[in-house]
Amino acid sequence: MPRRRERRRVVATEPVGPYMLLRLERGGLEPGIPGQFFMLEAPGRLLPRALSLCLAPPGELAFLIDPVGPGTAALCELERDDAIAVFGPLGNGFRLDVDRPLLVGGGIGIAPLPYLAEALRFPPVVLGFRSERHAEAAALLPGAEWAIDPTFVTELIPEGHDVLACGPEPMLHAVAALCPGAQLAWEAPMACGYGACYGCAVEIDGELKRLCVEGPVLRAA
Amino acid sequence: MLLNASGCLDALTAPEVAKKLDGFVTKTITPLPREGNAPPRIAETAHGMLNAIGLANPGRERFLAEHLPRLRELGLPLWISVGGFCAQDYADTCATLGDVEAIELNLSCPNVDEAAESAAEIVAVCRAATALPLYAKLSAAHADLTAVARAVAEAGADGLSLVNTLRGLALDPKTLEPVLARGAGGLSGPTLKPVALAAVHACYAATGLPIVGMGGVTSGQDVLELIACGARHVALGTILFPDPDAPERIRGELSRAAEAFGVVQPGDAYACAHEREETPGSCVKTCTLIAGGALL
Repeated sequence: MPRRRERRRVVATEPVGPYMLLRLERGGLEPGIPGQFFMLEAPGRLLPRALSLCLAPPGELAFLIDPVGPGTAALCELERDDAIAVFGPLGNGFRLDVDRPLLVGGGIGIAPLPYLAEALRFPPVVLGFRSERHAEAAALLPGAEWAIDPTFVTELIPEGHDVLACGPEPMLHAVAALCPGAQLAWEAPMACGYGACYGCAVEIDGELKRLCVEGPVLRAA
Repeated sequence: MLLNASGCLDALTAPEVAKKLDGFVTKTITPLPREGNAPPRIAETAHGMLNAIGLANPGRERFLAEHLPRLRELGLPLWISVGGFCAQDYADTCATLGDVEAIELNLSCPNVDEAAESAAEIVAVCRAATALPLYAKLSAAHADLTAVARAVAEAGADGLSLVNTLRGLALDPKTLEPVLARGAGGLSGPTLKPVALAAVHACYAATGLPIVGMGGVTSGQDVLELIACGARHVALGTILFPDPDAPERIRGELSRAAEAFGVVQPGDAYACAHEREETPGSCVKTCTLIAGGALL
């Protein structure tokens, strides 16, 4: 999948609960495989932010953003017609050759699931959120079941599915324990997204490897 | 010559970026493989970033057997960054290298324990081990950088690479604990540029050696300023992370910056930030580039 870096305009911004859905014009950028990610220039910051693609409507690329730090906050403050540099698609996405897919998401980790659900023709989805307000984002995945803290999403996972999951690390570890072979999308701080900085090292098969090159989607042992 | 700073690009993972440079500088190679430091390894700061990668590399044997042959296929001049934990580590690696453009001795990684020997002692041992051009990569953290530069020059260094990162610390604003697992890390990015200019300026005056200038370069103007301070070559570091197209962009900006300054080639501005009598014939006009830039 050819990656490109282009300057792209904001088409629209839509609040989704505490998150922001940032819609950018697609230009010559490919949407890539669900689970792949893009590096988005964060205005006023040195480093771009790694975000997986949430939706790929015609002519657009849309990203769901949680304003947890200065970079993501700057992205959430973008307005229509602002332009930022966008680089991608990067990394390895989900494998789509699964028989009985079940999508599992937690918090902002639901970001890649709408695009993934579309690619898999809308399989069942279970989600976990920390509050009712965060759970408003479940609207991006019509038909999804969800749990709110202190109930965990893992309690909603039925047996006999090929699990594809994205969420906070404790959730991914819990899913991995419950569903060996699950495909898990991980997160790590990244400066470059294309294997240059070695900043996103995570332990894979007992070795530290670059998540942007080997992942971000990895299969649970 | 436009290079990458060691550790800021993997030419095997991103050959299309490496090919936009005039030469590729490898990540530092140590005798044994190193996984590097535990994550988190990077943190953004106000005008820069910290890294504590910790010289992750495949080790000398695997580098020579697997990586170097693939790097040669890129057809780029190769600079091999060499590291170690004693002088003999460095020299042993230097002795195994042939047919490369140059060796850069990493004498200043802030993220590992340094060799006990002085920079000059390491250069001297490496000088005896190889006839290849030897560049000593130094940190501006030395109390007297020019003294170190003179010492490595006397020990046989053919050039200097200036500057490595400076040790810095970032705290998580909520927990007030260090963001990086190692604690401190190497500070790079735009915040480092004035440090790099000062180091290149001082070491050029002290040694006259060819210098690879680096530190906070984000634009063609930054490159021109390093050249004016005495850099023969310039390396791009942190800017390659947000902008893999930086080499092309910066080349274009450099041409325009040189033209605006009134020289035909960027190299015509070489060392022109020094007094004219120190650099006869190297500059078409007395240069007040740095002071002028600061005032504007």
